[in-house]
Amino acid sequence: MKELRIIVCAKEIPDPEAPLSDVSVNPETMEVIVDAPQVISPFDENALEAALRIKEDRDAKITVLSLGKKVSDTVLRKTLAAGADELILLQDTAFERLDSYSTAAVLAEAIRKRGEYDLVLTGRQAGDWDSAQVGLILGEMLGLPCINLAREITIEDGKLLVKKNTPGGYERVTAEMPVLVTVSNEVGELRYISRTKILMMLRTGGSIPSWNTEALGVTHEALKKMGIVELSSPPDMGRDCQFLEGATPAEKAEKLAAVFKALR
Amino acid sequence: MSDVLILGEVKEGSLDIRTLELLGIGKKLAGDLGVGLSVMVMGETVSGVAEQAASYGPARVYKLEHPLLHGFKPDLWLASLEQACRKINPQIFLMSHGFIGMEVGPRLSYRLNTRLTTDCIDLSINPEDGLLLRTKPVSGGNAISVFKYPGEPQLATVRGKVFAPADAGDGRGEIVAMVPDIDESMIRVKSLEIVEEEVVALDKADVVVAGGAGLGEADGFEILRSLSETLGKSFGRAMIGCSRVAVDKGWISSDHQVGLTGSLISPDIYVAVGISGAIQHLVGMVHSKKIIAINTDPSCNMFKVADYGVVEAYEKLVPTLIEKLEEPS
Repeated sequence: MKELRIIVCAKEIPDPEAPLSDVSVNPETMEVIVDAPQVISPFDENALEAALRIKEDRDAKITVLSLGKKVSDTVLRKTLAAGADELILLQDTAFERLDSYSTAAVLAEAIRKRGEYDLVLTGRQAGDWDSAQVGLILGEMLGLPCINLAREITIEDGKLLVKKNTPGGYERVTAEMPVLVTVSNEVGELRYISRTKILMMLRTGGSIPSWNTEALGVTHEALKKMGIVELSSPPDMGRDCQFLEGATPAEKAEKLAAVFKALR
Repeated sequence: MSDVLILGEVKEGSLDIRTLELLGIGKKLAGDLGVGLSVMVMGETVSGVAEQAASYGPARVYKLEHPLLHGFKPDLWLASLEQACRKINPQIFLMSHGFIGMEVGPRLSYRLNTRLTTDCIDLSINPEDGLLLRTKPVSGGNAISVFKYPGEPQLATVRGKVFAPADAGDGRGEIVAMVPDIDESMIRVKSLEIVEEEVVALDKADVVVAGGAGLGEADGFEILRSLSETLGKSFGRAMIGCSRVAVDKGWISSDHQVGLTGSLISPDIYVAVGISGAIQHLVGMVHSKKIIAINTDPSCNMFKVADYGVVEAYEKLVPTLIEKLEEPS
């Protein structure tokens, strides 16, 4: 059986699960400021998990591509610790705040430069801008069949089989590889990686290749920024929470029951 | 022809409520620009919905019919839409940010070489240059951003339940029949089977009891089901919701998921159990009339949006709560 080559696109973002108090908006610079550690965008982790499951059953090589103005290899090395075979950072100051089209264009160049591939996986959307566009545009750009919102990806007898979400359940679809698939969270969370393994990867792992505009043959003129004209804080969602106190769980339960009864 | 065009969608034989909402905002934008509003409906046979769309008084209804447009086949829908947009040349093209728009939108934007903004909650015309100002929540809902791009068509997908549905209009739009040039060979992703599952309609719930990572295990939802049954006796339809993490962990199916990529709901009562309250979850339930949070971490986000909070382990609290609620008063 031929080795399957899988590309996973993973974006580093400020933790989208950060407490509200750690998030603020600067309308002047039009930036969302998150005082929390950087993470891999959650749906991209789901995409990596989908790739790792395929690799469990057959010979496969997983390459992770991560694009940004500055990508932290300490954050992204987690993908190697989880079982990816290769990590390539696509970094350049020119990659800051690219629109979806330009982001896809850079990824497409990197994928072409990388060589042969059978499957390209992305998360269904990124946790910072929530656009849900790059994956599908990338598929179009590479001229691939596109499958959106996968909940399960398998390969049987060399054929790609995907269960994609539909409003009333799911649809089983197939396509000739190479294919682009965007992955939804039903696939499952990225497998547990022990801290020791991540630390070991940080200490012993070799240097991570990094490609810039020059290496990719992308001109600065071809890269367009997101067209943000205004950024503001959302309306305040806060309510004045009344905490129900009690010495025991039973006392608290009694108070909560009284709240429900009053709402009837 | 310079029009505001909207993509109509059909649900159970008539225009989807989301389409009526697009008609509402589309009409306003067309008025502001002083151009016509058009509706596109597509499918195997869509004469009935084309008539229905025409009754809302748009300038035109484009009726794209083809035997292969039976059901949603993305490759064929995309090819048909691309051809139609090249003929019609709309100034603005709006789709609903649903199953169809989420897939077709980005791919169409590439083919028409224009920029798309997804999941918009407000749209207006910039008076200086006539371009569409596209307002959308970003960062899971932590910020609201307004985007503007040159190029035509100005392309956006629109969040549901944000704009008021259009009122029935005066007059009747002209129906223009179009036949897309499509064939089987354009289908690159083949459908093998469509599986209908029993899915919960969380938007129809009066009470939602939702669980998250704090449940610790799939069995935690059993306790929540008991609570939901009890509350259902007093408050109407009670259903089980969950956070994205609970789905990722495989504890519950994604039709229960509340939040940005799940259901956006506003029931009478939302009980959040073991959900810390990531912003992408909060945007899906923060408009609930009463919010009750149960969590062991007093500093978690969920308490900040709740009316009532209990800091306690749910497995110690909820069984007693059910007993108390079941006691005859």
